[in-house]
Amino acid sequence: MVAQLVRLKLTLLANTFRRSVWQTIGLVVGSLYGLGVLVLVVAAAVAGGTADPVVTGHVLTLAGALVVLAWWVVPVFAFGVDATLDPRRFVTFAIPRRTLLAGLALAGLVSIPAAVTTLGALGVSFAWWRQPAALVAALVGGVLATALCVVGSRAATTALAPLLDSRRYREVLAIVAVVPLLLIGPAVGWLADGVEVTVDGAGSDALGAAIAPLAGVVGWTPLGAPWALASAVHDGAWALLAARVAICLGTLALAGVVWDRALARELVTPRGGGSSATAAKGLGWFGRLPATPLGAVAARTATYWVRDPRYAASIAMVPLLPLVLLAVGTTNGAGGVVLLLMAPLAAWLLGFGISNDVGYDNTAFALHVATGVRGRVDRWGRVLPVLVAGLPLCVAFAVVGCAVAGRWDALPAMLGLTAGTLGASLGISSAVSARLVYPVPKPGESPFKSPQGATMATMLAQMATMGIILAVSVPTLALALPAILLPQAALGWAALGVGLVTGVLVLLLGVRWGARTYDRRLPELLQQVMAFG
Amino acid sequence: MSDQTGPPPAAPAPVPPPDVSAALSLRGLWKRFGQKIAVAGVDLDVPTGSFFGLVGPNGAGKTTSLSMATGLLRPDFGTVHVHGTDLWALPERAKAELGVLPDGVRLFDRLTGAQLLTYAGLLRGLDRDTVAERTEDLLQAMDLVGDRDTFVVDYSAGMTKKIGLASAMIHAPRVLVLDEPFEAVDPVSAANIRDILHGYVADGGTVVVSSHVMDLVQRMCSHVAVIAGGHVLAAGTVAGVRGEQSLEDRFVDLVGGRRESEGLAWLRSSSASS
Repeated sequence: MVAQLVRLKLTLLANTFRRSVWQTIGLVVGSLYGLGVLVLVVAAAVAGGTADPVVTGHVLTLAGALVVLAWWVVPVFAFGVDATLDPRRFVTFAIPRRTLLAGLALAGLVSIPAAVTTLGALGVSFAWWRQPAALVAALVGGVLATALCVVGSRAATTALAPLLDSRRYREVLAIVAVVPLLLIGPAVGWLADGVEVTVDGAGSDALGAAIAPLAGVVGWTPLGAPWALASAVHDGAWALLAARVAICLGTLALAGVVWDRALARELVTPRGGGSSATAAKGLGWFGRLPATPLGAVAARTATYWVRDPRYAASIAMVPLLPLVLLAVGTTNGAGGVVLLLMAPLAAWLLGFGISNDVGYDNTAFALHVATGVRGRVDRWGRVLPVLVAGLPLCVAFAVVGCAVAGRWDALPAMLGLTAGTLGASLGISSAVSARLVYPVPKPGESPFKSPQGATMATMLAQMATMGIILAVSVPTLALALPAILLPQAALGWAALGVGLVTGVLVLLLGVRWGARTYDRRLPELLQQVMAFG
Repeated sequence: MSDQTGPPPAAPAPVPPPDVSAALSLRGLWKRFGQKIAVAGVDLDVPTGSFFGLVGPNGAGKTTSLSMATGLLRPDFGTVHVHGTDLWALPERAKAELGVLPDGVRLFDRLTGAQLLTYAGLLRGLDRDTVAERTEDLLQAMDLVGDRDTFVVDYSAGMTKKIGLASAMIHAPRVLVLDEPFEAVDPVSAANIRDILHGYVADGGTVVVSSHVMDLVQRMCSHVAVIAGGHVLAAGTVAGVRGEQSLEDRFVDLVGGRRESEGLAWLRSSSASS
């Protein structure tokens, strides 16, 4: 039975290769990329281990702890990422729980992330190649770490499954998850600064001194313990080694028990309990906007931007932008000037948000096809709410940005750049979304789940969209950038004019072209989203 | 994308001209998905004022045919006329006469039931008062008044079907095309919906339903077409198609015999062999 589950997972993995050419290309590219990163990491670890095993051991402990943490936490946020072996699918097969547990655990190793983790964990062990004893300890640690990753992640998702069953909780969680994601950038910047400072200071000794206490603490946690086994051997601290092995095994056992309990509960609890139906009084936007097809599409779009977590997640990013930029600005010393980026970035985010609107509709788009909504109505209905809400917001961002940066002279150029970006991104998105539809998380799924096989086609479509937006923004950029950077006030006014003109022009032409394409290939658009399943 | 003006392929028989008096007239419809020919030359006339049942085994091409008949899927070849209007030449005009409940598609389920009906009504170009009035009536008829402010995503399967049906009816179309309308709907609601549909037909409307349930079609419909393997095997009044047999037996005869060999095997009446 265990072997069968592993074989099932292997078959599922193999089938993803067979589903489409894009999927295969995406997987191959992804695997090559993963392999490349892996080789680099292992090479760095071996080089570091040769030069200074102590510091390398600390770094490996910290990095490894992050990997384990990611394994435990990410699936909780990106729920449903790997539902191929959802335990509930086995409810009707009378498989003994112990067998199912063992099978699911082993099958959990059969995935690309697990393969990368395993290879990485074993590979970095060779940082200790000069000391056979430490090498053995590191290899054992690698195996333990991989087991902790897989079992811990399964335990976390299975134990939290009842919570994740509630739609509202999932949606809140999904939006909350935006925050740490946004902070990754500044955090990396801060870390890089730290490393830079220490490297500038006194080389690796200083670095080692900086992270040694941290690694010491992390080495005592279940996250870092398996990675710190080799360090203990290297130091000859046998008691420490024993303690860390005990921590690993204890955590593994605990996770196993939690998983086992949760699984037992899961197998006897039917799906879809606790339906806390949410409600909204009245007609909302439908009662306020004009009672025309255009007004209806706009009302629907406005409702979805707020109510659908996939849109709401991108809305949530907009107010966070100033915070993130401020964090970046203060850490790298640029200060408030970075806030000048805020307005064009917000404009771009908002405009790009509708670049795959039909994909977001999924097969609900059939209503537009069946009722024969005209392209002009559909396109404008999707653009107008974003334009009406987004324009004042972006202007406010531009003004605040200039105020904080103390660069009132840059305001005309900023306004031109912002208006140009908003118009261009909305116009190009309207045109492209009538032509290129790519799979996105389905309604109700996590905004962070990228659908299987989407990667390559999605990346190409998004890159094409961004490329075109950038291309039509070149005239504005060519005027606005020197105006802001030199600074050159006269150029700024020119940038304002050119930005406004290109923004309006691209918006009108983009929507028009999108509407024509839409009218011509309405049924084909529907078939494209139907094909996503 | 596809070139629809091309000549039809070498069809086995000359295609009669479309019946402009029919509510729905399909001629020489073909559709191929990759290697699989889903619909291979469907000709069908749905008389105005009929309650038309479309039956066939899974994968027979029912949904594909209905999708092409309602403008959701462009046929490779063939024409569709809705009360004499060429659907694929004048889609806006033809679609205005059609009410469609597609099978297996989502709804805009972040809207409440009342919002979804309002949306469908406004998209059809109705004015605000008419939409409000009909929304109330439809919610009442579908027994969804208590769930008007609940998001459709939280509806049960049967409720979802009912709200989809209601949004297909809101513009009072002349032809209703319903793909599996009774699936997952409870018996009481199904009986209510049948009453609504019968009343609608009595007033001159035309209903096309697809179904697996022969018994239901036999009791409910005035006309029936049996479709399998992308072909129409039999079509006409229910009495004419089933003859002395029950519709179910007749269906099994038609479809079962079809499976044995290619070509015109369905003309031979081989009953027991499977």
